[in-house]
Amino acid sequence: MTVQVPTPARPRRTRGIEAARARQALWLLLPTLIAIALVAGYPLYRTFYFSLFEANLTNPEQRSFIGLGNFWFTTQEGVALGFLQDPKWWGAVKNTLLFTVVSVFLETVFGMIIALVVNSAFRGRALLRTAMLVPWAIPTVVSAQMWAYLYNDSFGLIGRGLLGGQAVLANTDTAIWALIAVDVWKTTSFMALLILAGLQSLPGDMYEAADVDGASKWTQFWKLTLPLLRPALLVALVFRSLDALRVFDVMSVMLGNVNAASTSMTGYARQALIDNQLLGMGSAVSVAVFLIIMVIVVIYVTAFRVKFD
Amino acid sequence: MNLKTAKPELYYLQRAAFYLLVLVITVYLLAPFFWAVLTSLRSPGDLFLTPGEFIAAPTTFQNYVQVFSNPNFQRGLLYSLIVAVGSVLVSLLIGSFAAYALGRFRFKGKTVILYVILGVSVFPQIAVLGGLYSFLQGADSALNAAIEASSSGTLDRFLDAFKLYNRPLGLILSYLIFTIPFTVWVLTSFVRDIPGELEEAALVDGASPLQTLFLVLFPVMMPALVTTGLLAFINAWNEYLFALTFTSTNRTVPVVIANYSGATQFDQPWGPIMAASIVVTIPLIILVLVFQRNIVSGLTAGAVKG
Repeated sequence: MTVQVPTPARPRRTRGIEAARARQALWLLLPTLIAIALVAGYPLYRTFYFSLFEANLTNPEQRSFIGLGNFWFTTQEGVALGFLQDPKWWGAVKNTLLFTVVSVFLETVFGMIIALVVNSAFRGRALLRTAMLVPWAIPTVVSAQMWAYLYNDSFGLIGRGLLGGQAVLANTDTAIWALIAVDVWKTTSFMALLILAGLQSLPGDMYEAADVDGASKWTQFWKLTLPLLRPALLVALVFRSLDALRVFDVMSVMLGNVNAASTSMTGYARQALIDNQLLGMGSAVSVAVFLIIMVIVVIYVTAFRVKFD
Repeated sequence: MNLKTAKPELYYLQRAAFYLLVLVITVYLLAPFFWAVLTSLRSPGDLFLTPGEFIAAPTTFQNYVQVFSNPNFQRGLLYSLIVAVGSVLVSLLIGSFAAYALGRFRFKGKTVILYVILGVSVFPQIAVLGGLYSFLQGADSALNAAIEASSSGTLDRFLDAFKLYNRPLGLILSYLIFTIPFTVWVLTSFVRDIPGELEEAALVDGASPLQTLFLVLFPVMMPALVTTGLLAFINAWNEYLFALTFTSTNRTVPVVIANYSGATQFDQPWGPIMAASIVVTIPLIILVLVFQRNIVSGLTAGAVKG
């Protein structure tokens, strides 16, 4: 990094310049900081605040403090009201985790294969590189509709043809696999792009040396390529995992908002918050989603020592 | 050493297997999109045909005519354009200020600010959904207190304008939550790579930081600004959760496509849905193909460096 502070010939004067630069930096940062406080900080604080109240979205002013009741609360009649007591919530958690683990794993494997192919010299390489960008450029909602049509049991190429008129999306257990396939198709390109960029930064003479030493392509991949790609791969993994954990649009479009609530944590939170108008309950679920994702971020960063700078 | 001369049959077998793999990958990547394009060019009655007959069926543009005459779709395109362009311009402007400060200045707390910005880009949108919803609805107690406290009519109207639910401005504001962190991160890494002499010269000539930024750095940063703006535009154009929640009639195009309905509740008009999908996708694909190289550098600057 290059910083333009002149070397201190006269210390006192330099300190003055440094202080002035720091003040200027603050002014330059101010609009961004205000915007982030307004659209992220304040609403996030409100979400945490409302998670402790019983409140309705239409009239937040009439609220009553119930502590952690939105999370865990059993009435005297033994009715469980906290969302942590709701099997549907745990179903959504299970499905989201399954979706994340399987789709990110498949994307990494397929992305690696595609990147290795595009990285090798062959005729038509530019064409494949271009084709690779297409799924990535398609909006998620559009890809969800395209696949909903493909899966359709009376019109779809897959639903009517390959599966013989089976309605895969009607059943949550099969639907989750269909959704994974859609996400893998849509975002493998992103993974492949990042891996490809990593591959192209690897030194070529290293492979020549390995060739001379008689190492097989397979050995070269495991001993050279993979270890050197690790940093790029890890950051791509973190970002894809976090995207998958907060998934909503694929479920919402392909299954509808009611079924999205049992397949994604975000879908469950949104149903409580917006469809059922339960501001307190919905906020509590949002807090849970937020905490789960933050815990996973911390695990990733500490376990793999991911460096962002 | 050379397989081609040593064992030609093995070499050609390997080449054939490789090209088969290339073919499989290409079909996998393009087939669903191809099928959507094809469906958009077929009349609704042909949807029942077998795949072979379907490919051979006559081409018609009636789905596109129907989509473009749909007022919801027209409005969706307009609102998507306003919202995406608006949020990109705002974040490029204030994001480049921040990126300049973070990439060029040394000051206390810089790392903290960088991590806060990175943190915002990873946290789930659902965590702010309720707070933003009540804020945009004007149902937020702090906002209401301010409106009630204001006695003058103009201030009242001013604050009333902050009831942003179902207004493009509300979406522009809420999209800043992901466009700002993204632009700041990518631009910061670009700013760092600009050689320092340029700016030093301006500094010696007595230019203020804003003059330096606008007159010296902006021209150099133009490719970076275009790339970042394009990627942020794609994100904003695709956004669904906020658009679905914060609008009721003034919907953006993804929400229109997700809720595209036919004459009856049970009729799924796949032809027009695919046509609308293609219309929304083609501009993005063209942009992405034109700016291919920039996009890869932008993505790696944004994702690999953070």
